[in-house]
Amino acid sequence: MSDLTAPATAGRRLSAALFRHPWLKLVLMLGPPLVWLLVVYLIALTLLLATSFWRLNVLTSQIEHVWGFTNYQTLIRDSVYRTIVVRTAGMAAAVTITDLILAVPIGYYMGRMASRRTRAILTLAVLLPLWSNYLVRMFSWKIVTAGGGPLESLLHVLGIDGSIAFSNWAVWLTFSYLWLPFAILPVFAAFERVPGSLMEASNDLGARGWVTFRRVVVPLVLPGLVAASIFTFSLTLGDYITPITVGNGYFIGNAIYNYVGTANNLPLAAAFALVPIVIMAVYLMLARRLGAFEAL
Amino acid sequence: MSKPRGVLAMLGVLMLLAAACGEDNGGSAGGGGGSGEQPEVFSYDENAQGEGALSLIAWPYYTEKGIVKPFEQETGCMVDVKYGNTSDEMVNLMRQQGGTAYDGVSASGDATLRLIAGGDVAAVDVDSFPGYENVMPSLQAPSHNTVDEVHYGVPYEWGPNVLMYNPDVVEPAPTSWEVAFEADSPYAGKVTAYDSPIYIADAAMYLKANQPDLGITDPYELSQDQFDAAIELLKQQSQLISKYWALYTEEIDGFESGDMVVGTAWPVNQNLILSDGKVPVESTTPEEGVTGWADTWMMSANAEHPVCMMKWMAYSLRDEVQSFTAVAFGATPSVTTACTQLEGDLADAYGKDIADEIYPVYHCGEDDYLSSIYLWKTPLPDCGDDRGQTCVDYSAWTTAWTEIRGAG
Repeated sequence: MSDLTAPATAGRRLSAALFRHPWLKLVLMLGPPLVWLLVVYLIALTLLLATSFWRLNVLTSQIEHVWGFTNYQTLIRDSVYRTIVVRTAGMAAAVTITDLILAVPIGYYMGRMASRRTRAILTLAVLLPLWSNYLVRMFSWKIVTAGGGPLESLLHVLGIDGSIAFSNWAVWLTFSYLWLPFAILPVFAAFERVPGSLMEASNDLGARGWVTFRRVVVPLVLPGLVAASIFTFSLTLGDYITPITVGNGYFIGNAIYNYVGTANNLPLAAAFALVPIVIMAVYLMLARRLGAFEAL
Repeated sequence: MSKPRGVLAMLGVLMLLAAACGEDNGGSAGGGGGSGEQPEVFSYDENAQGEGALSLIAWPYYTEKGIVKPFEQETGCMVDVKYGNTSDEMVNLMRQQGGTAYDGVSASGDATLRLIAGGDVAAVDVDSFPGYENVMPSLQAPSHNTVDEVHYGVPYEWGPNVLMYNPDVVEPAPTSWEVAFEADSPYAGKVTAYDSPIYIADAAMYLKANQPDLGITDPYELSQDQFDAAIELLKQQSQLISKYWALYTEEIDGFESGDMVVGTAWPVNQNLILSDGKVPVESTTPEEGVTGWADTWMMSANAEHPVCMMKWMAYSLRDEVQSFTAVAFGATPSVTTACTQLEGDLADAYGKDIADEIYPVYHCGEDDYLSSIYLWKTPLPDCGDDRGQTCVDYSAWTTAWTEIRGAG
C-alpha cells in the first residue's frame, strides 16, 4: 500500500519510462556496442577498403583521391607478394596443425580424465603464460633460438649441427608456443562437453577405445577443434612482430608495416591488408559450415 | 537471405561516400618549398626570449641528459625528445599535425631532401650562429641540406657505415665488401646488412668499383639498368644474410650471439659491443668506399617554439656538445674545433689506452675522409647530370626493398 504513495524520484521515473517503452531499453543496451562495432570497426574497414583504390603521388608524397586499380595490379603483377602470402599462410597452417596436435591430448586429459583438482591446476598452468607480456614470451624464444643458445646446444647433442636462429623454424616454434593456450582452451571445452554416456554406449555396442574415439568423440569435438584453429590461424596470419624479431623473412604484416611506415604508401598497404581479411573471411565461412561458432 | 545483402549494400554506400568525400591526408605542412618564391629565413638572436619548451625528434643517444640539462638551465627551454629509429619514421613524425607536433629533427641525408621538398622545414641563416665558421668545409653547405644556396639546418654529427667483423672468425681482415656481397663468401649465412631501402646505395657503390661498365658515378642517382643490377646483387646477397638489422640493438645482439660475424655497422654498434666485452670486433673502410650519414638539425616550418629551436641549433654547434654526443654515439663532430675536446672526453670515458685506439677511427676533422664518404641522400628523379630526370626515385627504392626482403 505504501508503494502507491511513494515519491516519484528520478530513478522511479526512469524505470517507469523504460517499462512503458521497451524499445528504449533495447537501444540503451545495444546502442553502445553497436556504435562501437559500426564506427570503430566497420567504418574503419570501409575507409581501409576505400584507401586501397586511391594512389600515392610519388613526387609530393600525398595521397591522390583518384579511383583506380593500380595497387591491385601491383599486387598481382609482382610475384613477391604471392611469395609473402604463401609464406604467411603456410606458417599459419603449420602452427595451427602443430598446436592442434599438442592441444588434443592435453584437452582430452583435462576434459575427460583429470580430477576436479587436477583440472583446475592444469587450467591455471595453461593460462599462466598469458599473464606475462607477449613481448616477454617472444623475446625469451629469441634468446632460446639464437646462435649459441640452449636450442642449438640441444640439437648439437642430438647430432644436428647448424643454427636455426632467424629461420622459419624458429618462427614456427615461437608461434606454436605463443598461441598454445588459445588452442588448448576451446579443445578442452569441446572434450568436456562430450557426454560420457555416449562413450559408454559405444563401448557397450562393442567398439574399442580407438574406434570410439574416432567415430564418436572426434565428430563431436570437431567444431571445437575448428574453433581453436581460428585463433591460431588468424593470430599467426596477422602477426608482424615475431617474424621480424625471431625470424628474418617478411610476413604480410611486415610488408604492410613497411609500406605504411617507410614508404608512407598507405593505398598499397591498404590493398595488401585486404588480402588477410579475404583469407580470414573464407576461413571463417568454412569454419561456420563445420559448426565452429557453436563451439566457441 | 536479404540481411547479408543489406549489410553489403550499406558497406558499399559507405565506401563510395568515403571515397567521394576523401579526407585530408595527415596534415600537409607548408605549401611545398620551391614554388619560386624565397622561403622565410630565420636568424639566430641570442637575446630573444625562449618559449619555455622544445619538442625534438632525435636519433638515440643524440640528446643525452649531459647536454640537455645544461641547455635547459641556460635557456629555460624544457626539452622533450621523441626517439626515431629510422629516417622514414622521422619524416612521418615531422609531418604530423601540419608540422606543429615537433619543433625540430636531427635528420639524416636521406630524410632532409624529402623534408625540404615537402616544405616541412624552415630556412635558416647559418652565419647568424656563432662558431659556424668552424664547421668542416664539406659540411658548411652540403647538398643534402642546402638547396639553391638556401640553408635548411645546421650540421650535427656524421659517421660512416663501416664494415664490422669479428676478428676471431673472420680471418684475414677483410679489405673489400666482397665478403658481404659475393655468393662464394666464406661467411655465408652469417652476414648482416642494414634493413632499409637506402642500403641499395651500398650495393650500387660496390658495383661502381666492381662492374665499371655499368657506369655508376653516384650510388644515389641510378638509371634503371644500374638500379636493376643493384637489386640483382642484393637478391643474391640475401642468401648470405643471417639477419638484416633495422634497430642497432639487433646488430649488437647478433654479433654477441655469434649469428653475425661480418657486415655493415654504425660506429656506435662497435663501441657498445666493445664495452660489453663479450666478443671482439673491429671495423674497416673497405677499398670500394663506404656510405655514411651526416645529420642536420632542422627546424619545422610550422614550429610552435622557433626561438627555443634556434637556441638549440646554436647550442649544438658548441665544442663540448659535439664532443659529448660523439662519445655517446660514436659519431664524429662536424665542428673541427671540437676534436681536441673529443680526445679528452674519450680518455675520460674509456681510459687513455682504448681512447688512443678508437680516436683515429673517428677521423675527426678529416675533411678528405668525409668527402670520400657517399653520404645518405634521398634518391630523386633528377640525376643531377646530363641524364636529366631519368633516375630512379625513392619510392621505387622502397618498393624494390620490400621485394628483396619479401622474397628471402
